[in-house]
Amino acid sequence: MNSLGIYIHIPFCIRKCLYCDFLSFPEREDVRALYLDCLKKEISAGAIECSDYEVDTVFIGGGTPTVVDPDAIADILGIIRENYNLAKNPEITIECNPGTSDRKAFDIYLKAGINRLSIGLQSPKDEELRLLGRIHNREQFEKCYKDAVSAGFSNINIDLMSALPGQTTDSWNENLEYACSLEPKPSHISAYSLIIEEGTPFYEKYGEDAAGLPSEDDDRDMYHETEAVLKTQGYHRYEISNYAGEGFECLHNRRYWECKEYIGFGLGAASFFDGKRFHNTRDMSEYTRLAGEGDFKALRQEVEDLDEKALMEEFMFMGLRLIEGVSVNEFEKRFGKKIHEVYGSVIADLREKQLLEIEEDHIRLTAKGLDVSNYCMAEFLL
Amino acid sequence: MAEFEQSKIRNFCIVAHIDHGKSTLADRMIETTGVLTSREMQNQVLDNMEIERERGITIKSQAVRMVYKAKDGEEYVFNMIDTPGHVDFGYEVSRSLAACDGAILVVDATQGVEAQTLANVYLALDHDLDVFPVINKIDLPSARPDEVKEEIEDVIGIEAHDAPLVSAKLGTGIEDVLENVVHKIPAPTGDASAPLKALIFDSVYDSYRGVIVFVRVRDGVLKKGMTAKCMASGASWEVVEVGYFGPGQFIPCDELTAGSVGYFTASIKNIQDARVGDTVTEVANPCPEALPGYKKVMPMVYCGLYPADTARYPELRDALEKLQLNDASLFYEPETSQALGFGFRAGFLGLLHLEVIQERLEREYNLDLVTTAPGVVYKVHKTDGTVFDLTNPSNLPDPAEIEYMEEPIVNGEIMVTTDYVGAIMQLCQERRGRYISTEYIEATRAVLKYELPLNEIIYDFFDALKSRSRGYASFDYEIKGYEESQLVKLDILINHEQVDALSFIVHKDGAYERGRKMCEKLKGEIPRHLFEIPIQAAVGGKIIARETVKAMRKDVLAKCYGGDISRKRKLLEKQKEGKKKMRQIGSVEIPQQAFLSVLKLDEGN
Repeated sequence: MNSLGIYIHIPFCIRKCLYCDFLSFPEREDVRALYLDCLKKEISAGAIECSDYEVDTVFIGGGTPTVVDPDAIADILGIIRENYNLAKNPEITIECNPGTSDRKAFDIYLKAGINRLSIGLQSPKDEELRLLGRIHNREQFEKCYKDAVSAGFSNINIDLMSALPGQTTDSWNENLEYACSLEPKPSHISAYSLIIEEGTPFYEKYGEDAAGLPSEDDDRDMYHETEAVLKTQGYHRYEISNYAGEGFECLHNRRYWECKEYIGFGLGAASFFDGKRFHNTRDMSEYTRLAGEGDFKALRQEVEDLDEKALMEEFMFMGLRLIEGVSVNEFEKRFGKKIHEVYGSVIADLREKQLLEIEEDHIRLTAKGLDVSNYCMAEFLL
Repeated sequence: MAEFEQSKIRNFCIVAHIDHGKSTLADRMIETTGVLTSREMQNQVLDNMEIERERGITIKSQAVRMVYKAKDGEEYVFNMIDTPGHVDFGYEVSRSLAACDGAILVVDATQGVEAQTLANVYLALDHDLDVFPVINKIDLPSARPDEVKEEIEDVIGIEAHDAPLVSAKLGTGIEDVLENVVHKIPAPTGDASAPLKALIFDSVYDSYRGVIVFVRVRDGVLKKGMTAKCMASGASWEVVEVGYFGPGQFIPCDELTAGSVGYFTASIKNIQDARVGDTVTEVANPCPEALPGYKKVMPMVYCGLYPADTARYPELRDALEKLQLNDASLFYEPETSQALGFGFRAGFLGLLHLEVIQERLEREYNLDLVTTAPGVVYKVHKTDGTVFDLTNPSNLPDPAEIEYMEEPIVNGEIMVTTDYVGAIMQLCQERRGRYISTEYIEATRAVLKYELPLNEIIYDFFDALKSRSRGYASFDYEIKGYEESQLVKLDILINHEQVDALSFIVHKDGAYERGRKMCEKLKGEIPRHLFEIPIQAAVGGKIIARETVKAMRKDVLAKCYGGDISRKRKLLEKQKEGKKKMRQIGSVEIPQQAFLSVLKLDEGN
């Protein structure tokens, strides 16, 4: 039986952060209730096409999934348990925001089978949190973390954001050290650098000239520092921005990087399923109307039937995000062609530039290659 | 339509400074004479090329015939010949004028007499045309018609006290203009019984009929079926069709008699065979001598034209071929550049002509172009005594083989309000101008005369002139000739490799400044690479300026957008697409924008 990941999107938040370009917004209580109702219907209906799969990861993301009633989350997981072939020890993650989760909620999550939390700390400094437009402060985070741990969660990821306006390598190090000093230590740390996305208030402020943002050189220094600092704390880097303690890599995210199948439910959720990529409508009223009518197929937009070329390209550019890189054997197994037949000249060129290296079965980016990964990955488009 | 006696024909043109409302007045006259209803009127009937409309200037001269019933009860035929409004097309203007018997001078009631007003009116007077003035834009609150009338009389020396006061925009005073045409423009005085003698003042290419030749018949009769020839080119053909100009269309008729303006077709394949200025006569009964003034126009400005996508070279070649059918003054020949691949070296009458062709290639033929810095034609005198015309800087021989070089010089006239005389003089100084004289035409305005090297005015001289005079200066020039000059070739090296498409010829005193600006500009245009890239300017192997593009340290997408891989793919595809549009010079990729931006080294930068 093939394995499958399920992604569930909760597009709500208390207030949009200033840098955020994800599909997320504050919404009235009645719309949220209607949405959850439709989401449950969509998940139930989706079970038929997934009947040949074993679900081994579930990821509830957002938005801020913790703004909705924890019992609704438990209901959703109940539906999955009832209708899908859930693996024995699945990884079930929920993203949570320190300002919106309490002990009571964590108890319900744990009971519902959730065994991994991803907490959007971003920064332990209140002034940085304010700058980002986050709704929480450090004190709230600390309470949240304590509640999660005391409820019984042991697999917890902390998100941290670097390259913030005014940030220096030293102040970034303080943030890293803070995360590592938590009791107990988080099992996983995601360290992203801030990206100024079009259409956000940050773009208005920093889009034109990057005045106020750390320089490209400082940004790279922070990244390199992250790896060094976290290594001494027992974390290994397994993806461009992700660090894990032994045995705690995020299995659901690995599915994306390894081009394994996943199905997304809810507004705008993306899927890679049965050789196709698609996403649900991003329009709330369309979503609730179609889902209300039971027309779940009509939710899916931009359905792309991936041909071999597209599959090979994605296998490469997603796989190279992993520090271990892509497997030469796996490539041959999937596509029936040797990787060097397809990408021989690209690989040779990038190796010559010391951006790529080959070790036994694996082709991976070098440290220098990781810094300019877009440049390298674009080369793998055929 | 009944044939008209010569006494009822008026052949004239309208001359004006740019923006003084020539085209609008022409439109109103056509409208008033009733050839077209208001509904049929497009905004500007005479300017039918898209580019002309957008730029508001007339490039290709055209003609239109109208029938006017005058106050004396008689019907008159007016042939209005539109002249190009830019110095680049000076020769075409002069041929258009030669086809006329009189001219209407349009002067803006707020601006008064400007440099091109003077230049155009003198040109008209040189062709013995009777000129009467019209004061336009009297509807504007700042109009000062009485002062402008005085100015016309003082500065130009033609009578203006009874000049029609017109608002072409609102259509007032048009009747007055038409009556003045009847009374102030002389009727033609050709001999209809003499051998055919007709002046070509324009031509267009039509894919069905071949070249359509626009003529003014001086003597004799041009009719269908006769065998006609061009006296300068020697080409002859059987005339297939003759006719006159309706607004925006050709209307065939039986014959064109002395004094008429019209067109003929004769299945002429090559526009070079019927060039502007040539004289048409009948093979069986030729006129003894051609009309005076024919000359073959030579390109003054050259540049390299390359397709942005190298695979589209054949399309560019076809497009140039087609444009040349309509434009005898466009010159091109194939050339290759290490940096840009296969392309053409093209010659133009001036910078406007170049821009017009470039825009037409891009718009009408949907081509993406890379244009190299425009240059003038230099005369290179070699030590072995030979002389050749240098149109491409890359072909400059080794300095040891060069005795000396010459560059083209123009006589420039700048009309400017006295407040800005200092600023304009400084500009001319910076552009290596040689001061000739200052004439005050009234208390507040002066005409500055300078000799200027052509290569100093083909870049951004007009822009600089406008910005330094807050728009109050106007400029006109004509080629004076060649003069010896201390010229050097400035080369640009990117990552130690010379980029041929960026080389150009410059006066040795300006080389450092130019090189420095080029390097600065290029630094901003070349994206960071994985390694450091030096950008250098060199003269004869000696580096005179340098900038460095620092190595790229970061090109990474930190977050992965959940499972939204399509978004990631789009980003990478965009990156790859951007790379495709770059030109590879050694190991450096240069965006095409870089080749264009260095053409515009504005001052103050």
